[in-house]
Amino acid sequence: MSTLTSDLAQELDGGRALPPVPARRGSRRIRSRLGRIAMYVLLVLLLTVVLLPFLWMLSSSFKHDDEVLTVPVQWLPTSFVWSNYAQIWTQIPMAGYLANSAFLAIVITILQVLTGSFAAYGFAKVRFPGRDALFLAYIATIAVPWQAYMIPQYMMMQKAGLTNTFTALILLQAFGAFGVFLMRQYYMTIPDELNEAARIDGLSDYGIWARIILPLSKPALASLALLTFVNTWNDYMGPFIYLSSNELWTVQIGLKSFIGQYSAQYALIMTGSVISIVPILVIFLAGQRYFISGIATSGMKG
Amino acid sequence: MTTLTDRPSAAPPRSVASRRMRRRSILIGWSFILPNFLGFALFTLVPVLAAFVLAFMNWDAYNPPTFAGIKNFTRLFGDQNFHVALGNTLIYAIGHVPLTLVCSLGLAILLNQKLRGIAFFRVAIFFPYITSLVAIAIVWNMLFDPVNGPINQFLHLLGIANPPGWTSSTGWALPAVIITSVWRDMGYYMVLFLAGLQAIPQEYYEAAAMDGAGRWRTFWNITLPSLRPTTFLVLVLLSVSSFKVFDLIFVMTGGGPGRATLVLSQLIYQDGILNGQFGYSSAISLVLFLIVLVVTVFQFRIQQRRER
Repeated sequence: MSTLTSDLAQELDGGRALPPVPARRGSRRIRSRLGRIAMYVLLVLLLTVVLLPFLWMLSSSFKHDDEVLTVPVQWLPTSFVWSNYAQIWTQIPMAGYLANSAFLAIVITILQVLTGSFAAYGFAKVRFPGRDALFLAYIATIAVPWQAYMIPQYMMMQKAGLTNTFTALILLQAFGAFGVFLMRQYYMTIPDELNEAARIDGLSDYGIWARIILPLSKPALASLALLTFVNTWNDYMGPFIYLSSNELWTVQIGLKSFIGQYSAQYALIMTGSVISIVPILVIFLAGQRYFISGIATSGMKG
Repeated sequence: MTTLTDRPSAAPPRSVASRRMRRRSILIGWSFILPNFLGFALFTLVPVLAAFVLAFMNWDAYNPPTFAGIKNFTRLFGDQNFHVALGNTLIYAIGHVPLTLVCSLGLAILLNQKLRGIAFFRVAIFFPYITSLVAIAIVWNMLFDPVNGPINQFLHLLGIANPPGWTSSTGWALPAVIITSVWRDMGYYMVLFLAGLQAIPQEYYEAAAMDGAGRWRTFWNITLPSLRPTTFLVLVLLSVSSFKVFDLIFVMTGGGPGRATLVLSQLIYQDGILNGQFGYSSAISLVLFLIVLVVTVFQFRIQQRRER
């Protein structure tokens, strides 16, 4: 699994390191140092432009409402209104929203990782007739847009009386094909000899899964867990379609309804937005390696 | 996906013992797959199959279902909403696909360097992709504010006297949404391109330098051709995701103003879940699925022809 974040990445213009006519060492070093500084300046500029919406969001979250959209733009608040970060919890049930999002994300992630890695073992390490056809069915549904079958799903949940419950969302999202696919791809890279050796030592397949394959696949498990958690946390359409009562709302739905109700409270809206991002930022910074390698190996997302 | 067929299925049984072994491996295999498969079959596979059946039925929230034949599909021809949504989806894809492709490739090339701290830049550029959509929609909506928004103030600064109304004008709402989605998605595809770039053998570049090829020629003659498999993957993923676009637009503009940013996915939601026209909306989703399928197959064909 290639870790893109490693600094050992091959230099794109590596060819330049071997110029046809070698220049004197000293001058080359200076030039490359200058080049490096110029490159850093360029990168910092680029980063600022790309992250400007976040910086603006953060700065606005400390402002008074009438200071957010001003001419000319105020990049920094004149005085920091820390009270926004106290007021948001009482103006809307933010803590409840966060708890709902966390509950859904954690339950769905655990179920997805457990059943996904379990099923992936069956697909990658056990041979039985019909296995490949079954796996093809999994892959085929990844290709079908979710929008194409959201109506039958909704009808089923309505019939079962599960609309406006967390159960509906958990059932719909915890058994995704993506998790099985990602884990299977990883298990295929683990040599089968390991299984045979373990079997000779008297381990059953369940033992092999629990004691050998799971510990070996920690990076893939981490990728899957993080991607699932973030996807569920950020999911808008699922909770929007299924959850109608306020006490079940997730952060995303709560925030959206907040804009609808208090569209002029710009600063507080920004405060809510910042709070909705913080958990993702923390998780992302802790596990960014796994996010990026997970995406690079699978090349697809739910 | 080529790994699917790389192993022959179980050998034909020869004796009672091996038949018992075979039955055992079937049991073990299924016992691993079953916990996930139950959920998958019930909540994904069955709905996928049901969507195909529903599209040919008169089925709404109030009347008993009857067979409709292709009536749902002929109705699409006269449905103004469908025409508008289809057009908007196509325009969105035509804007979103090339722009994201160019931006993500450019970023990948720029960030594929041996520099201390480069990993930080990659991670930071990737971040918008995993940020919650509602927060992104909110902040961009404010940035796009026609009168006081920073973007239009910047355009004023550049000497544009009449900057567009963005999300509040029918003509500029779609471009505004496209810009936001390009910004959000480019980090994701950059990661795919970076993986592709790092798989190019260093010797190619050394040979090119030996032949005295400049940067530009090296890019056209070595980098781009070697990246072809990655570019193909990105193109397929990008177009599929463009045709499926829903939540970002829905949260940013709600499909408006008027129907200016109404896309196919939102129409399915409106007709199906809001108005209870299950059969008709399934016909729209079948059309969406077919578009995605045709685009994907078409791109595979082109790719195959190039490889020959």
